[in-house]
Amino acid sequence: MAEALLVKEAGSVTVPASGARPFWRRLRRRRSALVAAVVVALLVLVALAAPLLSGIEGQNPTAYHPDLVDSATGGVPLGSFGGISGDHWLGVEPLTGRDLFARVAYGARVSLGVALGATLLQVVIGVGIGLSAGLGNRFVDQALSRLTDVVVALPVMVIALGALAVVPAGFPRPVLIALIVGLVGWSGISKIVRAQTLALKSLDHVAAARLSGWGPWQIARRELLPALAAPVITYAVLLFPSNIVVEAALSFLGVGIKPPTPSWGQMLSDADTWYQAAPTYLLVPALLLFVTVLALTVLGEGVRTALDPRAESRLRIGTRSKKEAGA
Amino acid sequence: MSSFLLRRLGGAVFVLLALSIVVYVTFYVAPGDVAQIACGPRCSPVQVAQVREQLHLGDPLYTQYAHFVQGLFAGRDYSTGTGVLHCQAPCLGLSYQSDQQVTQLILAKLPATASLAAGAFVLWMLLGVGTGLLSVWRRGRATERVLTGITLAGMATPVFVIGLLLIIVLVTALQILPFPDYVPLTDDPEQWAWNLLLPWISLALVSAAPYARMTRASMLETLAEDHVRTFRAYGVGERTIIGRHALRGALAPVIALGALDIGSMFGGAVLTESLFGIPGVGRELVDAVKHVDLPVVVGLVLVTGFFVVLANAVADILQAAADRRVVLA
Repeated sequence: MAEALLVKEAGSVTVPASGARPFWRRLRRRRSALVAAVVVALLVLVALAAPLLSGIEGQNPTAYHPDLVDSATGGVPLGSFGGISGDHWLGVEPLTGRDLFARVAYGARVSLGVALGATLLQVVIGVGIGLSAGLGNRFVDQALSRLTDVVVALPVMVIALGALAVVPAGFPRPVLIALIVGLVGWSGISKIVRAQTLALKSLDHVAAARLSGWGPWQIARRELLPALAAPVITYAVLLFPSNIVVEAALSFLGVGIKPPTPSWGQMLSDADTWYQAAPTYLLVPALLLFVTVLALTVLGEGVRTALDPRAESRLRIGTRSKKEAGA
Repeated sequence: MSSFLLRRLGGAVFVLLALSIVVYVTFYVAPGDVAQIACGPRCSPVQVAQVREQLHLGDPLYTQYAHFVQGLFAGRDYSTGTGVLHCQAPCLGLSYQSDQQVTQLILAKLPATASLAAGAFVLWMLLGVGTGLLSVWRRGRATERVLTGITLAGMATPVFVIGLLLIIVLVTALQILPFPDYVPLTDDPEQWAWNLLLPWISLALVSAAPYARMTRASMLETLAEDHVRTFRAYGVGERTIIGRHALRGALAPVIALGALDIGSMFGGAVLTESLFGIPGVGRELVDAVKHVDLPVVVGLVLVTGFFVVLANAVADILQAAADRRVVLA
């Protein structure tokens, strides 16, 4: 997918992070990033407070309400806009009458939780492999680089689809999906970390550290990791929304999160057959997924430019002024 | 160049071999009795034992893998109980589900996937590079900001969300397009294109965004270079600078990205094919997984991996051809 692009963009963030405070100042200056951050914060809040919120609504995500759907039409929700009312803030699910708000709120936990777990795992593995390849001898580097090649050729979707079929049904699905996505999707980070490590290794302060007898572990921790933080964070922040999409896609295909656990992708796949009779059922998870991923992407974009202030200005050198452009 | 190609080829063979081992081990060591799965849930223990015998599932794993590799290069024979079935090289095994040869099964699904990929590729290249070009041409103005915003939104939208919305608008509400019903190109070219239009548009809309970003970023980078400033000083027009010089600089990375994407697409645009019911490689994979049809899954992963590895090599070569500065080391 867009992995190659992400590697290129995050890999160009080579400026060592100049401390936390200027970073926050630069991030806050971007209005789009600020708005996105508020949206993300709200979503996280909804996810964390899902039981509380659906408690206030007086509903839960798994209770059936057969009285709220029209059995004559095969289960279309009664009432306008998919049965939206004071009791059911976003209406009810066709066929079962389960409360839609409670389901999307609990679904937010799954989406964000799985993506968070997967991203953390990708960062840990990617940094570990990338650092070892960059610092190790030629044999280690070759072996790890070939391993990365193999993982690149393993499409996440394919492996996830396959692994889900053979792992016993009793294993908690959200954990399994986070594991699969994490174990298969670290190649981008490891490529960036390896390239940066090789570049950093030749710098004076790293050479000095080596000459004064530091071991590779100490060099990695004290000299390399601080400099690697910026590109790794950039990549990870952009990876997070794409992990959300992968989870939604797996659930959409019916090999991800299993009912009764709600997930947005699974709701979309159910809604696929209902879009004519009950469009709200489709629109609610679709819009939520879109807004979530968009907000996270915009936020990631903001983080990238805040960590690499030269990026935009570098690209701005050739910009024509308004007068020049004839405006 | 030729030594680069050779080394690349060697690397590719290694990666594919490693890939096959990873996949093989994952699927055959994973919990769950393969013989029981292959036989079906209603098989008696005696029947399961028979299947285990027939498929050599009792053998040590390395023997099984050796048989698999042998089948890949030399073909292998399967006893069907009454006779012997010869599976020609490259043999990827027999489907548990249909007893069909996996190789034939995949070959039969490739045309639909290729049709989807080819049309979508043309559309998203035009859309992506066009958007990038336009936002560079109108840089510093509102147009650029709007286009950048749309591009970000495009990167954020999963194909099934766009696809479902397009179905609602174009098929159900406006009734401009039919719901896709795949017709092979050789049967009726017009119906082929007409039915694939909706999947093409959906796939193009979600795939174009990275190209727009890359085109814009690369062109702006080129425009900032010294030689462009010299062109400007000599009075070369903006249109020539953008169209001839900046665009050329952007071409290499865009082409490379295109090769990578088309490679992964041959592994099946799983989501698009599932959503629109296109009988391609991706949907076959979903079916195989749902039925725990292990040989088909293993075969599909290998074929997909092959195309990804191939695409990676092609991307590197194209990039070197388009940009003299890239050295094939």
